[in-house]
Amino acid sequence: MDIITVSKLRKSYRKGQVQALRGLNFTVDEGEIYGLIGPDGAGKTTLFRIMATLLLPDEGTVSVDGLDVVRDYKAIRRRIGYMPGRFSLYQDLSVEENLSFFASIFHTSIEENYDLVKDIYGQIEPFKTRKAGKLSGGMKQKLALSCALIHAPRVLILDEPTTGVDPVSRKEFWEMLKRLRLQHGITIIVSTPYMDEAGQCDHIALMQDGEFLRLDTPSGIVGAYTDTLWAVQADDMHRLLDDLRACPEVLTAFSFGEAFHVTVREEARMQELAAYLAGLGHRRVEVTPIQATVEDCFMSLMKKSDEG
Amino acid sequence: MKDKYVIEAEGLTKQFGAFTATDHISFRVHEGEIFGFLGANGAGKTTAMRMLCGLSRPSAGWATVAGYDVCRQAEDVKKHIGYMSQKFALYDDLTVFENLRLFGGIYGMSAKTIREKAERLLGELGLAAERDALVASLPLGWKQKLAFSLSIFHDPKIVFLDEPTGGVDPITRRQFWELIYRASDRGITVFVTTHYMDEAEYCDRVSIMVDGKIEALDTPANLKRDFGVATMYDVFLALARRAKRTSD
Repeated sequence: MDIITVSKLRKSYRKGQVQALRGLNFTVDEGEIYGLIGPDGAGKTTLFRIMATLLLPDEGTVSVDGLDVVRDYKAIRRRIGYMPGRFSLYQDLSVEENLSFFASIFHTSIEENYDLVKDIYGQIEPFKTRKAGKLSGGMKQKLALSCALIHAPRVLILDEPTTGVDPVSRKEFWEMLKRLRLQHGITIIVSTPYMDEAGQCDHIALMQDGEFLRLDTPSGIVGAYTDTLWAVQADDMHRLLDDLRACPEVLTAFSFGEAFHVTVREEARMQELAAYLAGLGHRRVEVTPIQATVEDCFMSLMKKSDEG
Repeated sequence: MKDKYVIEAEGLTKQFGAFTATDHISFRVHEGEIFGFLGANGAGKTTAMRMLCGLSRPSAGWATVAGYDVCRQAEDVKKHIGYMSQKFALYDDLTVFENLRLFGGIYGMSAKTIREKAERLLGELGLAAERDALVASLPLGWKQKLAFSLSIFHDPKIVFLDEPTGGVDPITRRQFWELIYRASDRGITVFVTTHYMDEAEYCDRVSIMVDGKIEALDTPANLKRDFGVATMYDVFLALARRAKRTSD
């Protein structure tokens, strides 16, 4: 069942000069983790602020748990937990004071909903008398998530919770989200600029310039990739990139970790490309066919939307 | 040719009270190298970088950067390095050219040199048409390229990049790395921190800090071989899991 429905949603800033959202349509199923994936400026924060009833749409409608974000904004606020991208708790209150403050705003208490935050808050509880401003980044993140959860919302809206966070802490954060979903059935809508986090979500929307490039499951997105994609490596990677781009068979060539991911014309053959590169003096050339990642898909869709 | 060092650090340490943020790190960075400086949040990277940039005095140990001692010649260090952070040091309400003129002026470049270099640079970046546009009006990816170009505008020996690619789209992120390659090919040493593990693969050598210490330092290929794993992500995971400090 849909818990969030967004229809024909538009929002612009500066008297229409900046189109932040250009007519978005999508739905989120109850109990799923829905990922909005895209770079800065894609419109992720604008969308979340509208869902969180903090910003009015120009056109279109958004309903959360059957309620309209404009008409029923007060009722919606009880049902959502919103964690903004920037740390926005009270730096000069202690960990415990922050949490009980957010609980009391919603006429509840830490004790009443302790079960819900236990997994996350438990990790920072030993420091509950410390001022929030004195916490490390990882601890601030856990406190912010606890505060967003303490009134037992049905939907969690998390704006780039993992940005600037190292890979290990990011992995732990996603594990926390999955447990929340599993144990408490909370719907989670989360944005991220990291393409490699797409696989953690049930559905994802790839977003760029206020529009969705594609909406699907992560495997559906990867499955719809139609280009021929090869990984290419050789000894001199800097020169290899120039030579790949100059090759008439090659459509695009981009760095992906230790290899270049290369898309080629349909009639291209791997042995021919390897021979071509060897002919240019490249040594230890390796060309292998590969499965696209979500990031390959995103880049391919970006190019297509530029062209069309 | 690779025996010239742009950074030499020996036992470099910073203590805040009882807390040792950077704990006796020793390493060298070759001229023209792309050196990746990795570590979990709170591992001590920022503190180490501030010392190397002459912004924070070491509690113990020493380091030279671009040939200058970070303790005794901190001002010389600052003149001979470039620095770019994720929060670009661009003035939004100045034009592209005004930003270049301001930074050039700060580093003591003549008006003529600034003008000539600015024209060439804007041509290379494909920003010639935006010369007199306010920086605020540029897309994020262009700002990022401009911020990087500004950080090497005064031809420093080395440039420090602190998470330079956060938030940009995947194509812009890769184009940015191509700028880094070009700078490195021109002999500028690049010292870069990142949380993108694919970017660790683009570095000539990578160090990984855990709890204030450098726990690994080698080429990406050697690190992966030594740890018996396929990606730098797995190397990072294996090392960061040993951390005792709570993450920051």
